[in-house]
Amino acid sequence: MATDASRQQTARLRSLGAVGVVPWIGRLLVLLLLAWLAVNLYKTPSDFVAVGLEGLTLGLVYGLIALGYSLVYGILELINFAHGDVFMLGSWISLAVGAHTLNLGADSSGLAVIGGLVLTLLAAAAFCGVLNVTIERVAYRPLRNAPRLAPLITAIGMSFILQDVGLNRLGPAPVSIPNILPRGTVFSIGGNIYRWDSLIVAVSTVPVLLLLVWLVQRTRQGRAMRAVAQDQEAAAMMGINVNRIISFTFLIAGALAGVAGLLYALYSTNIQFDQGFTLGLIAFTAAVLGGIGNLPGAVLGAVIIGLIQQFNEGLSWHAPGSDWTQSIVFAILILILVFRPEGLLGERTPEGG
Amino acid sequence: MASAEYRRPWFHRYTGLPGELRRRWRGMDDRKRFQAGIVLRVLLLAVLIVIGWPLALLVAILFAVKYLLPRVPEPWSRFNRFVTPGIILLVAVTYPFFVEGLGSMRLLGDYPGLDTAVIMGVYAMMAVGLNIVVGYAGLLDLGYVAFYAMGAYTAAWFASVQFAHRNVHFGAVGVGSNTPGIHISIWLLLIVAGIFTLVIGVLIGLPTLRLRGDYLAIVTLGFGEILPQVARNGDNLGGFNLTNGPNGITPIDAPGFGSVGGKIGLPENYLAVSNRNEIYFWTVLVLVILTIFVSLRLRDSRLGRAWIAIREDETAAAAMGVPLMRTKTWAYATGAFIGGVAGAYFAAFKSSTFPGDFSFNISAFILSMVILGGMGNVWGVVFGGAFLAFLNQQGLSDIGHSINQTFGTSFDVPKYQFGIYGLIIVAVMLIRPEGLIPSSRRQRELHEGVADTPLYDVQK
Repeated sequence: MATDASRQQTARLRSLGAVGVVPWIGRLLVLLLLAWLAVNLYKTPSDFVAVGLEGLTLGLVYGLIALGYSLVYGILELINFAHGDVFMLGSWISLAVGAHTLNLGADSSGLAVIGGLVLTLLAAAAFCGVLNVTIERVAYRPLRNAPRLAPLITAIGMSFILQDVGLNRLGPAPVSIPNILPRGTVFSIGGNIYRWDSLIVAVSTVPVLLLLVWLVQRTRQGRAMRAVAQDQEAAAMMGINVNRIISFTFLIAGALAGVAGLLYALYSTNIQFDQGFTLGLIAFTAAVLGGIGNLPGAVLGAVIIGLIQQFNEGLSWHAPGSDWTQSIVFAILILILVFRPEGLLGERTPEGG
Repeated sequence: MASAEYRRPWFHRYTGLPGELRRRWRGMDDRKRFQAGIVLRVLLLAVLIVIGWPLALLVAILFAVKYLLPRVPEPWSRFNRFVTPGIILLVAVTYPFFVEGLGSMRLLGDYPGLDTAVIMGVYAMMAVGLNIVVGYAGLLDLGYVAFYAMGAYTAAWFASVQFAHRNVHFGAVGVGSNTPGIHISIWLLLIVAGIFTLVIGVLIGLPTLRLRGDYLAIVTLGFGEILPQVARNGDNLGGFNLTNGPNGITPIDAPGFGSVGGKIGLPENYLAVSNRNEIYFWTVLVLVILTIFVSLRLRDSRLGRAWIAIREDETAAAAMGVPLMRTKTWAYATGAFIGGVAGAYFAAFKSSTFPGDFSFNISAFILSMVILGGMGNVWGVVFGGAFLAFLNQQGLSDIGHSINQTFGTSFDVPKYQFGIYGLIIVAVMLIRPEGLIPSSRRQRELHEGVADTPLYDVQK
C-alpha cells in the first residue's frame, strides 16, 4: 500500500515536471527580476546606467576568473576549487612585483606605468600559470582514476593551503594597492562619474579574451584541448599527449587568474587573503550560469553576475544592498542548477540534470 | 603508451611522490603488506611512547585486541564485536576520573581537559552525521555547517530571552517563571532541533539531490554560505529581529533535569553543580554513543545498504530498484538531524550562538575529520572528529609552543589552522584515501577504483 502511494506520488511529481511547472517558476523569477530592473531604470535612469557600467567592468574581471573554472571543468570535469586562491595569489604577486619591486605608484610617469604594468602582468600570469600546473601535477593527477569526488576534495584542501600562503604573505587585514591608474573622469551621467581606471580595466580584458578564443579555436593546441575535452581516450589514441594538454590547460587557466588578479587589484585597490574564496565562488557561479565548459558562456555569465551584484549594491528602489550580495549570488547558483543545470549557453547533457 | 613520445621532466620524480608511494603500496602482495603494516604499527607505537605512555598503552591494547580477536575460539568469538567498543567506552566513561593525573604529552601539550573533551564530543557527533552523507551515500556536502547553525539557533530561539514579547515556559531549569522569552527544556529542544534541521535538510535536498555529485557539493556550499548571512542580517528581516544579527543570541538556558530528576540523583541544573564539566562531558558521551549506535545500525539496515550501493555505482543501484531520490534524501535528512542535535547541544554548552561560528571553514573542518578518520567508517570518523577538534581547541597552540621553544622561532601555528587542515585533506587523499581507520569496503573501492580503467596509462 505504502509503496503504491509513493509510486503514485512520484508519478504525479514527474507529470508536474512534464507539464512544465518548474520551467515556469524559473521564467517567473526572471520576469520579476526584469520588472525590478525596469522600475529602477524608470525611477533613476542615470544611476541605472552608471551602475550598469560599473557592473560591466566588474563582470569582465569576473569573466577572466570564470574562464579558468570553465576551461578546467571542460577538460577534466573537475571544479578546481583552488582556482580562486590562485587568483588571490595573482593579486599578491602583482602587488609584490608592481608596487614593491618596480616601485610603481600614484606619482610614476605614464611610460613607466605602462611598461611596469606590462611586466607585472607577465609576471603574474607566469607565476599563476606555473602554480596552477604544479597544483594539477601534485594534487589532481594522481587521482585521475579515483572516484570523481576525490580530486574535488583535494582541490578544497589546496584552496585552504593557498589561502594560508596568502595569509602569511598579506596578513589578515586588507592591503591597499597604490593608485597606479589615472582616476580622472571619462564622462559623467547625471552626477555619476565613470572613471578612467574602470575603463582601462574593462578594456584590457578584451584582448585577453580574444587571445583565448584564438588559442582555443584556431591553434593546434586548442584543437587538442577540445579533443581531450570531448574524449580523453580517443584523443590519446589519435596521438595527443593527454597529460601535456591538461597541463597546458591549467597553465592557461592559471595565467588568466594571474591577469585577473592584477586587474582586480588595480580596480578595487584593496586585496585580501580571502578574496579568492569569495570571488572564486562568484566566478564559479558565473561559469555555471553561462554553462560550465562553455567559454563565451562563462564571460556572459560573469557579466550578468557583475551587473546583478552592482545593481543590488547601487540601486535605490528595493535593492537588498551589499549585506545580501553573497546570498543573492548563491541563490542564483542554486536556482540555475535546479532549473537549468546546463546554463544559459550550455548544451543539455544526460548527466547535467 | 603515452610515455613513448613524452619523457617526464626530472622534477616530476619529486612532485609525484605521494602517488608513487601509493602505487608501490598497491603493488605489494598480502604478505609483504602485512609485514609493512607491522613495521608501521611499531613505528607508530614508538612515536606514541615518546609523546606519552598512556596514549601508547591504549593504542597497544587496541592493536593487541585486533590481533587476538580472530584467534578467539568458537563459543567466545560471538562477543568479539563488543570488545573494542567496550574498551573505548570504558576509557571514555572513566576519563574525568584520571585526566588530572595524566600530566601532559610531549609535543601535543596537555591531555584534553573536560571542556575540550565536550567540544571533541560535539565535533565527533557532527563528523558521524556528515559521514552518513559523505561516507555512506557518497554525496559531498560542503554546507554541513548550515545544519549545525540551524540546530544552534533552534536552541537559542526557544531557550533564551530572544523573543521577549512571548512568555512561554516548559520544563526549563534555572529560569524564573516571570522571565520573558520562550524557555523550553533543552532535552526537548535537542529533538526539536533535530527534527527542524531534518525538515530543512529535506527541503534543501529535494530540488538539489538529483544533481550530479560535484554540482551537489557546490549547491550545499551555497546553502552553507547563505544561512550564516541570513543569521548575520537577521536582526532586521522586515523589521523583525530573528537572530539578533552579529551580536548573536546569549545567554541560552542550561540543560538540567529539574526537581524531578534531582530526586533520582540526576543534576537539577548543569550550571548549579560543582562538577559542571564532568556532567556536560557525560551527557555528550551519551549523545555520541547514541549517534554511533544509530549510525552503525543504519549502515547495516536496508537503507544503509542502499546508500552504499548508490555510492559505489548509482546507475547499477537504480537498475536494481533502489529509489535514488528517496534514498539520497534520507541520507541527507539523517545527516541533518544529527548535525542539528549536535548544534543545539553545542549552543547550550557554550550558552551562546553567533553567526561568525558558521563559516565555510567549519564545513571543511568537519569534512577533513571525516576524511582523516576514514570515509564510511564510524570509528575512524569519531577518532578524526575528536582528534581534529582537540587540535583546534588546544593541540595546535601547544604544538606551536613546543616548536617555537625548541627552535627559538615565533611561528603562530593556530593562525594557519585551516591551511593545516587543508594539508591533512590533501595528504590523506593522496597517500591513504581510505583514511587512518578505513572501512575495508571503502578501502577496496578507493584502491581498485569504481570507474572503468582507461585504455592507456595516464600516469606515465
